[in-house]
Amino acid sequence: MQKQSTETRKEKEARNNQDAKKELVKLGYEVIEDINKGKNPHIELSVRGLSNVIYDKESKTLALGDKTAQRFFFNVAHSKKFLQTLEIAAICKTLLDVSKHASLRDVFYMAKRTIPNTRINVVDEQTESDKAIEDLELITGYSRENLNVNANKMGSVAGKVIVEDAGDTIDWSKLGSGGWSIPSNVENIKFKKVDAKYVIYMEKAAVWERLHEDKFWEKQNCIIMSSQGQTTRGIRRLLQRLSTEHKLPIYVLADNDPWGWYIYSVLKFGSISLAHMADEMAISDVKFLGITCDDVINYDLKRHFIKLTDKDISRLKQMQNYEWFAKHKGWQRQFKMMKDFGAKVEIQALSSKGISFISEKYLPDKIRKQELLD
Amino acid sequence: MAETTKAEELAKKQRDISVSEFFEKNRHLLGFDNKRKALLTAVKEAVDNSLDACEEADMLPEVNVELIDMGNDRFRAIIEDNGPGIVEAQIPKVFAKLLYGSKFHRLKQSRGQQGIGISASVMYAQLTTGRPAKIISKIGPDKPAHYYELKLDTANNKPLILKAEEQEWDKPHGTKVELDLEGSYLKGPQSVDEYLKEVAIVNPHVTITYVNPKAEQIIFPRATDKMPKQPAEIKPHPYGVELGMLLKMLGNTEYRTLQAFLTNEFSRVGPGTAKQICEQALVPPNTHPKKISRDDAEKLINAIKNTKIISPPTDCISPIGEELFEKGLRKEVNAEFYCAVSRSPAVYRGNPFQVEVAIAYGGNQPAEGTINLLRFANRVPLLYQQGACSIYKSVTQTNWKPYGLSQSNGALPTGPVIIAVHIASVWVPFTSESKEAIAHYPEIINEVKLALQEAGRRLQTYVHKKHRVKNQLERANLFERYIPEVADSLSRITGESKDKIVKKLNEMIKKSDIQQAIMEMETLKGEVDEDTSTKASTKAANGSENHDED
Repeated sequence: MQKQSTETRKEKEARNNQDAKKELVKLGYEVIEDINKGKNPHIELSVRGLSNVIYDKESKTLALGDKTAQRFFFNVAHSKKFLQTLEIAAICKTLLDVSKHASLRDVFYMAKRTIPNTRINVVDEQTESDKAIEDLELITGYSRENLNVNANKMGSVAGKVIVEDAGDTIDWSKLGSGGWSIPSNVENIKFKKVDAKYVIYMEKAAVWERLHEDKFWEKQNCIIMSSQGQTTRGIRRLLQRLSTEHKLPIYVLADNDPWGWYIYSVLKFGSISLAHMADEMAISDVKFLGITCDDVINYDLKRHFIKLTDKDISRLKQMQNYEWFAKHKGWQRQFKMMKDFGAKVEIQALSSKGISFISEKYLPDKIRKQELLD
Repeated sequence: MAETTKAEELAKKQRDISVSEFFEKNRHLLGFDNKRKALLTAVKEAVDNSLDACEEADMLPEVNVELIDMGNDRFRAIIEDNGPGIVEAQIPKVFAKLLYGSKFHRLKQSRGQQGIGISASVMYAQLTTGRPAKIISKIGPDKPAHYYELKLDTANNKPLILKAEEQEWDKPHGTKVELDLEGSYLKGPQSVDEYLKEVAIVNPHVTITYVNPKAEQIIFPRATDKMPKQPAEIKPHPYGVELGMLLKMLGNTEYRTLQAFLTNEFSRVGPGTAKQICEQALVPPNTHPKKISRDDAEKLINAIKNTKIISPPTDCISPIGEELFEKGLRKEVNAEFYCAVSRSPAVYRGNPFQVEVAIAYGGNQPAEGTINLLRFANRVPLLYQQGACSIYKSVTQTNWKPYGLSQSNGALPTGPVIIAVHIASVWVPFTSESKEAIAHYPEIINEVKLALQEAGRRLQTYVHKKHRVKNQLERANLFERYIPEVADSLSRITGESKDKIVKKLNEMIKKSDIQQAIMEMETLKGEVDEDTSTKASTKAANGSENHDED
């Protein structure tokens, strides 16, 4: 049964790759058609950004609206992006042709070159090629994994779980101090054994190492997962699969600041820039564990306040106004408290109570009392 | 006792100071502060006089200026004109007596005002080199030329005639002045060279031949044979009269009643207005002017202030005119765009005045740094004390950003621009006798600003158009560079021929942007500077040689 489904998944991937390639070729011919007609060549794509993001109250996820924009070649403001989009499309087409995978960084270097007789580079920074890939996801309707582009591996996981990946069997509890590093594409992983009550996902690798050293996952019978900074797609997809396939609650542990809270927002509702993939990525069951402003008071962390910067404050305001937070009393209360504090606190501030305070007291208490924000 | 002794002692030291002695000690008041400025002032005074004389005699001026370096910081300045000449008896007084002249006692637009200039130059020459001024003047083809060597008796403000004789001079008429004086010659913004160039800008009817101390000859040819309109002499307007002047006029008048005095000695005062002033002041209109007391005169001044009197006539002003101001600038400054604005005459304190502005943009002028501001009063360039001048104030208070120039707060704008401002008036209110800066009258500042704004708007139209054309070319250029790249990507995606795509895209670009840009380019004349590189590459990429707009 399980075997069959894996094969279906592989087949599905192959089919997706073929379809994605067709979409790329279609895009190319649409542009050529414009040129043949003597029309200003253009690419049409959905608008990304808050203005075109719809919050679906029923599924509680973000979705992309139907605003579209046109990118013209004969328009000074557009022409470089137009070129970038087509160039990255050509690169993806080549990758699919030879069935090889490349990282985002690889794609950047494949596209980067200087246009003859100018000092203009096709792409100057990786963000430009990354954006072009996101655009292609919108245009083709397929994720970048289907275009054979992978994100960098950035996360670690540990727990009493056994999986099968690329023919190898891996026990997440027997991987030393580093844990298992999460691949960028987790579609083909097969769960063979999952023995855990819940998953804690944290934004900081340092905190993960602390919990791993304390064998927190063994004592509490859970899975601990981390990334460095923003949550990568591989991690999000893995969390989603643990949530849907194994019905495990997912708890988020992040800094007490607007950026940490946004990590939770992305996991739960989807991200604004990737709203087109929200249905694949959003995990509506995820809950926020800490650090909340109440924790700051309850655990006496005010001594470790860091003053909010102007940037923090404006980010806080933006989040307050997001539709999915606007009517959420619990979160509005948190936003207001932070505003009143005028300060933020890092997770590691808990270490002032003792190096293992977080694993021995803070987390077990919070989970036992179910002090969670939805 | 001691006090009287002291007073007596002091009394022994107190005596008359002659005007010449005063200026000898205060030469900076007349523009002889330093050697460089002294050379400029000497030339300036002589040239101003020549031009005034020619214009009054309705003769197209031709002025020769020659500076000879005699070593040891000494220069011989020779200024020669083709003017009406000076009658023999007047020559010593004109050149060697301070405050002697025809221009002080009248209200008429002219370069000189007080009759100090040229005699001060003579005095300065005499003080620094001990040599007399040599003057030769001839008033008509069949008249003899008179030659004088003159010094100034500084104690008595009287001419000392060292030599006087008749001489042969092949000119039909004219005057030539030769002065040996201490000075220093440097080129640059406050040099004789710059001064003469600016004279040529605001006096397009003048031809100047100039030989500088390096023996380089520069000719500033005239751009028009049309003489400027002869400015009319006017009587003072009551609003511009102060108590002292009123008392003096009352004392000097030939009229025997106050009413006749008011109606005849002032402009814009009729019998009705005169009566109104008298009633206001409670002075009977038939009072003899000479019998009016100081108190009554003060009452009259106040009465004038409270009486509505129409503005003075403005036909007494002779502006350069938009067309000629632009022509003048065009012949002396290499730029790509010129425009000029003449305002209608206006009035400050009863004195009519008129503001004109000309702008030259681009060309060889450096794009970095502040603009070059040229100031003129009655067709005379003002080279010193820019910061103290109301023209400077007006320019800095105008917001130039909308007109396409960058400007930091309260400073001159920056850009490749010359802004020339001319103020013509029967009485230009200078801040000092050296006539370097114009006083801050709100009416004047306001008029200058309005003229600047008008000129600014014309500049803006040009600058914006230029930007647009430049952008269009850059854009076309940019697209041309991108086309092979896009075609390459498309060919890799679809397998279609790259060359075919390149060809088709190039056809599209030729049709629209480049053509449009080149057409606009041709309407902008003299467009040569910074766009050449863009144009060249456009042409190369285009493979067409038929757009040779340079």
